Amino acid sequence: MSSSALKTFPGGLHPPDSKQATAGKPIELSPLPVELILPLSQHIGAPAEACVEVGEFVLKGQMIGRAKGFVSVPIHASTSGEVIAVEPRIHPSGRLLPSIVIKPDGEESWCELFPADPEKLTAAELIERILQAGIVGMGGATFPTHVKLSPPDDKPIDTLILNGVECEPFLTADHRLMLEAPKQILAGINILRKILQVEKTWIGIEANKPDAIALLQELCAGTGIEVVPLAVKYPQGAEKQLILALTGREVPSGSLPMEVGVVVQNVATAAAIATAVIEGKPLVDRVGTISGPLIKKPKNLRFHCGTPLQHLVDLCGGIEHPPAKILAGGPMMGQTQLTLEAPATRGTSGLLLFAKEDLPLRPQTPCIRCGRCVQVCPAGLLPTTIAAYVRLDLIEAAEQTSAMDCIECGCCSYSCPAAIPLVQSLRQAKGMILEKRRGA
Amino acid sequence: MSEPVYISSSPHIDSGATTSKIMRNVIYSLLPACAMAIYLFGLPGLRTLLLCTLGCMMFEALCNKLGGKPGTLSDGSAALTGILLALNLPPGSPWWLALLGAAIAIVIGKQIYGGLGYNPFNPALVARVVLLISFPVQMTIWAAPTPFSTGFDAVTAATPLGEWKTAVMLTGKLPENLSAGTLNYLTGNMPGSLGEVSALALLLGGLYLLVRKVITWHIPVSFIGTTLLLSGIFWLVDPTRYPDPLFHFLTGGLLLGAFFMATDMVTSPITTKGMLIFGIGCGVLTVLIRLFGGYPEGVSFAILLMNAVTPLIDRFVKPRVFGTMQEVKG
Repeated sequence: MSSSALKTFPGGLHPPDSKQATAGKPIELSPLPVELILPLSQHIGAPAEACVEVGEFVLKGQMIGRAKGFVSVPIHASTSGEVIAVEPRIHPSGRLLPSIVIKPDGEESWCELFPADPEKLTAAELIERILQAGIVGMGGATFPTHVKLSPPDDKPIDTLILNGVECEPFLTADHRLMLEAPKQILAGINILRKILQVEKTWIGIEANKPDAIALLQELCAGTGIEVVPLAVKYPQGAEKQLILALTGREVPSGSLPMEVGVVVQNVATAAAIATAVIEGKPLVDRVGTISGPLIKKPKNLRFHCGTPLQHLVDLCGGIEHPPAKILAGGPMMGQTQLTLEAPATRGTSGLLLFAKEDLPLRPQTPCIRCGRCVQVCPAGLLPTTIAAYVRLDLIEAAEQTSAMDCIECGCCSYSCPAAIPLVQSLRQAKGMILEKRRGA
Repeated sequence: MSEPVYISSSPHIDSGATTSKIMRNVIYSLLPACAMAIYLFGLPGLRTLLLCTLGCMMFEALCNKLGGKPGTLSDGSAALTGILLALNLPPGSPWWLALLGAAIAIVIGKQIYGGLGYNPFNPALVARVVLLISFPVQMTIWAAPTPFSTGFDAVTAATPLGEWKTAVMLTGKLPENLSAGTLNYLTGNMPGSLGEVSALALLLGGLYLLVRKVITWHIPVSFIGTTLLLSGIFWLVDPTRYPDPLFHFLTGGLLLGAFFMATDMVTSPITTKGMLIFGIGCGVLTVLIRLFGGYPEGVSFAILLMNAVTPLIDRFVKPRVFGTMQEVKG
């Protein structure tokens, strides 16, 4: 298996993957924290609406926030205990957002569960279970899964792709899950196949996880599911890049994957779907990688949704110095956190702590037109040109230069020798273009 | 949690590449050529190198001071321009010629436009061409290589390209035998600019730049390839009049130009497709100027002309945007 023969996409780069600290560490269970902070918005779309009151006793898995609208999911208590507050709390996005705070009783008593045999359920019933379980894309995007599984009738889906790429440095949560719960993932895949009635199913995994590839290939033998090793290159796990690598289909500019008949789901999402449908348990916990240079004992932890980040840090040996940067997610696309008091949610694939000396804090210097940003851009854009338009407030020029096609992977900023905030300018351009379109 | 934390949007790591690292690497890649220059041309060569390099740094510092701008010497670009300028000058250049070149390169070639990143033309080549046109005599006195020379009384001779051009102009034919042979062209044992003579040293430096991924192959390969191809066609048509491609490859400034001057990022296209067009253009112009122009050597003019075309190339040659079937025209 030579690396040149591996499937991939044009552009991209390979940052040091920094996965060795946790790749070999089995998933550990996080004990309950003192309190759980469950934001009503742990997904893309409308926030859920609280349906419990302060003082109420809730059971694990009980719905505490109702989905509001189609692109929304319900929120569930991730353990049993008392609701001690329904109030705005610091959210991973940095804003104060309505949250339900639960003081665990330590019993982990489940609400009444309704296990089911997926074979006996219709596609509509399966989707309803997925919605009621609050399943969202667990790769980090947190898009409600039931929406992705309900394409309009004029968009036939023939291909299902499972994303086990995990191309972000440091993160090993999906890797461990593939090694430790492959049957759960496969059960989820079978449910997805039943819903979508696809002809072809792929599992894409970066070739730097040969153990996971071998294990899944063995388990998938004879099932029609093809496990494909992919070139080790960021952002191999980006949806459109993954689709191109596996199927050769290119999602048209401005369109969704369903345009080319594909649905992509993260492997952790597939596992959560199996748990939801077969055991009847909603999405109340997930696996994340706690790592980064400041973490003494990096780990892969299965934690309750709503666990304060500080609790996860303490479980990994604590820290000697206060962090200079706290990241939810990976270093290429993760979100900086204001404080360790913020909770880990359904979308938290990792928690990384960095000291000041680990951060690139160089001053910006003039563009020397080296073209690195152009060569690495998987979207085929001219990042430095668009960034210059943004500086000059030429939003229309930025729009005409395809700024909206940016997938915000950050390869341009990563590779810029002049430390120009390229992807940041592109985000700004996208925001301003959307604003202009709304105003027009 | 009283300590402040950094809040920024992603990405949160970088490749570690910096402008000064790039410049430093290009300087390293020129060290073999510099060493050969000092070996072949002795003290006069060393003096030209030092005067140009220190001169460029001095003028850069002066411009920054006058403009009230922060110092930029540490980015290494001024020193690099100085080294490239020296390598493009005749080995025994008088001191004032070297310093004047440094002033032209930095002040007119670079700082007038706003400094690093904004100049449309390669500063060292601007200086070389201005000097060539203004001081044609001093700029075409070629010292014959005299290893470990300490004096400035070296024997002068014509460059191989000059020798060929004169012969063709006088007799319409290639000279019977050019004074140096292929082996001498490889090591640099021939008259020429300070840094252009040793093909081996230049190839070594070019290889270093490619291996360290400072440059990509697109410009040097398309530039040299086009030169070989086009000169080869002429040679096949009339071998008595036109020199063979190997002669074009090894003599004159082709290697210095293709690896170190045309690849100047600021003044060459930003896309790889654009780089190929740029390199092909450089190659065509070089051959045409060498074979049919008034000057025996055309590399500098070719690169400067293509520098002028670079904004146009960048305007029309863009990568294909993901998910679009046709090129998005600007």
